[in-house]
Amino acid sequence: MAIQRNMDPKKCPMPSQDPNVRNKNFDEVALGYTAEMAVNEARRCLHCPKKPCQSGCPVGIDIPAFIAKVAEEDFEGAYKVLSASSALPAVCGRVCPQETQCEGKCVRGVKGESVGIGRLERFVADWHREHSDETPARPAPNGHKVAIIGAGPSGLTAAGDLAKLGYAVTIYEALHLAGGVLVYGIPEFRLPKAIVQKEIDGLKAMGVDIETNMVIGKVLTIDELMEDYGFEAVYIASGAGLPRFMGIPGESLKGVYSANEYLTRINLMKAYKPGSKTPIMHSHKVAVVGGGNVAMDAARCAKRMGAEEVYIVYRRGMEELPARKEEVEHAEEEGIIFKTLTNPVEVLGNEDGMVCGMKCVEMELGEPDASGRRRPIVKEGSEFTLDVDTMIMSIGTSPNPLIRSTTPGLETNRHGCIVTNGDDGLTSREGVYAGGDAVTGAATVILAMGAGKHAARAIDEYIRSK
Amino acid sequence: MFKIVEKTPLNPTVTKLVIEAPLVAKKAQPGQFIIVRAKEDSERIPLTVADFDREAGTVTIIFQIVGAGTMELNTLQEGESVHDFVGPLGRPSELEGIKKVAVVGGGVGCAIAYPTAKRLHELGAEVHSIVGFRNKDLVILEKEFEAVSDRMAKMSDDGSWGEKGLVTNALEALIKEGNQYDEVIAIGPLVMMKFVCKLTKEYGIKTTVSMNPIMIDGTGMCGGCRLTVGGETKFACVDGPDFDGHLVDFDEAMHRGTMYKEFEAHAREEACNLFKKEVE
Repeated sequence: MAIQRNMDPKKCPMPSQDPNVRNKNFDEVALGYTAEMAVNEARRCLHCPKKPCQSGCPVGIDIPAFIAKVAEEDFEGAYKVLSASSALPAVCGRVCPQETQCEGKCVRGVKGESVGIGRLERFVADWHREHSDETPARPAPNGHKVAIIGAGPSGLTAAGDLAKLGYAVTIYEALHLAGGVLVYGIPEFRLPKAIVQKEIDGLKAMGVDIETNMVIGKVLTIDELMEDYGFEAVYIASGAGLPRFMGIPGESLKGVYSANEYLTRINLMKAYKPGSKTPIMHSHKVAVVGGGNVAMDAARCAKRMGAEEVYIVYRRGMEELPARKEEVEHAEEEGIIFKTLTNPVEVLGNEDGMVCGMKCVEMELGEPDASGRRRPIVKEGSEFTLDVDTMIMSIGTSPNPLIRSTTPGLETNRHGCIVTNGDDGLTSREGVYAGGDAVTGAATVILAMGAGKHAARAIDEYIRSK
Repeated sequence: MFKIVEKTPLNPTVTKLVIEAPLVAKKAQPGQFIIVRAKEDSERIPLTVADFDREAGTVTIIFQIVGAGTMELNTLQEGESVHDFVGPLGRPSELEGIKKVAVVGGGVGCAIAYPTAKRLHELGAEVHSIVGFRNKDLVILEKEFEAVSDRMAKMSDDGSWGEKGLVTNALEALIKEGNQYDEVIAIGPLVMMKFVCKLTKEYGIKTTVSMNPIMIDGTGMCGGCRLTVGGETKFACVDGPDFDGHLVDFDEAMHRGTMYKEFEAHAREEACNLFKKEVE
């Protein structure tokens, strides 16, 4: 059957909650395509023989193939193509920065808008979840054991790939829930936790064992896992969860949070729900310091928690914001106020030790620095006070030292990141692989997943050649 | 899930739980702590390891029923299980090489001071214990302390147990008597530790305190437990909980400890009503 191609230069828009309604609830913002919209959008794909989109996908999904199935209205078939490459399609379709990955390479993007690959991936994964109760098959065991440290996107992806090959996989997770940043970091309104749980349940059905409440480096070391527990290889995917603070006066006042703490209380501990047993400050005026995706998440959470004014305070300009453009737009629509070219120099407190303001300076951009970004310089005499009662520091994270300090012979760099050999993720220790933010420092969900895929392949080759 | 193999009330507000957690028991050392979640929707609460039995695979925690979270933990009975039990976390106390020591415990802090005193006694140190409680009804671990102490000073605020007065009074008396301590270890309410440090600073005695800030994850990922020590920011869950008491900014720590006072008061009230209803 010949499929009628859709030559509309624009993407089929995705329905979403009204900004003034959604900034008061934690329900998902983007509502997803209907089947009709998905088919219509899928028909915009030109099925280029060279598949540039696929080369932009860190886990190498056969994008034209799954889109062709959607265009044919074979949604379950589309899901099969997706799940051959991705363990978490419902997650990736929602949180990947497609504009710099698959969709950034789409030929349709040259004259018009690229195909909505992420939206289609999301549609297919959601359709499968709602319509199929088929549990993933448990592959035949191959008799080998692999341990994975950390149940974030990288660890879950590696676990899925290794389980498919028949490995007995155990994931060790420090928190009481698996998912890593997908459960404690990214808020419910961008990624519903029920979806994450469903994808994790799929891994469990494939035979992956997830041990929560296990802080590796404390309760067991990597050496013990390999010597006493019989794991032939270990994949370290412990992330970069150690928050940075600015080191300015007043940062220990009540009302100053790291974004990790603020988001963990809200997302993992459900402090946004009435009756939650974990407390959180109910603030009136909030400053979020930083300009990445985490800063946008924290600001949008603060707004939803009822704050009247929420500022993003960033030392460079709007153009330099490291967050995804879509996240910045969503934040603006929801009423977040952007104070760019602004840097805090001191947090002010009252006699109870509570934050009551933030002393800031204005910045201007100078010459590009070593990283190619224009360096912010303080404007003389520009000091002013921003009236806030809460400050959320979102200026980055680095890897937790727990594993490197308890694993002799594991090489790390001066940023505390684990040093690996090329794409394989092999560390300085035989049989020990690492990937995701533990290696790169804070990056994206999909890069972490890509690293998990590479490591799974390398671990399989290593064990088979032993 | 982690089974409660023993539950013993030590006084009307302090409960001891012995929990089956073989992996934690195998690694735990004095000074370390665990994070417990009583039920599936409970808050994460940090509690210091009060004792452990590597053979039996059990860890003992002792907690004061101060708010909704500990009230909820206290509703669990022997034979039931706590939902989550993570550890051992934090750095172990550095106790090797101490020859003569004063261990100062205040209130439920004695639950943490006791394993420290016990370990020091095992290591051959001369242990002087100074323990204080508000009144005789709140006394815990009296016999245990006696068994590991070369000398013991018992203090109560109202004089209903031991001597009337503060632990600092007893400590100063011991110092004035001519006791030369290598170290003083103080564990208890922040205000008590602050005044012990003020006293020992005058006498130039090294003092270690065990800090108890608000925590969530306990693994170093949020910084909620941060303290200023010697002008630097430290995370109590990974850099501590033990710190040089003369370097700790106690006033800041006391302020930070009250961050959720209102929420906690409200939650406690709700929890009380809830439990009352269950009883009715």
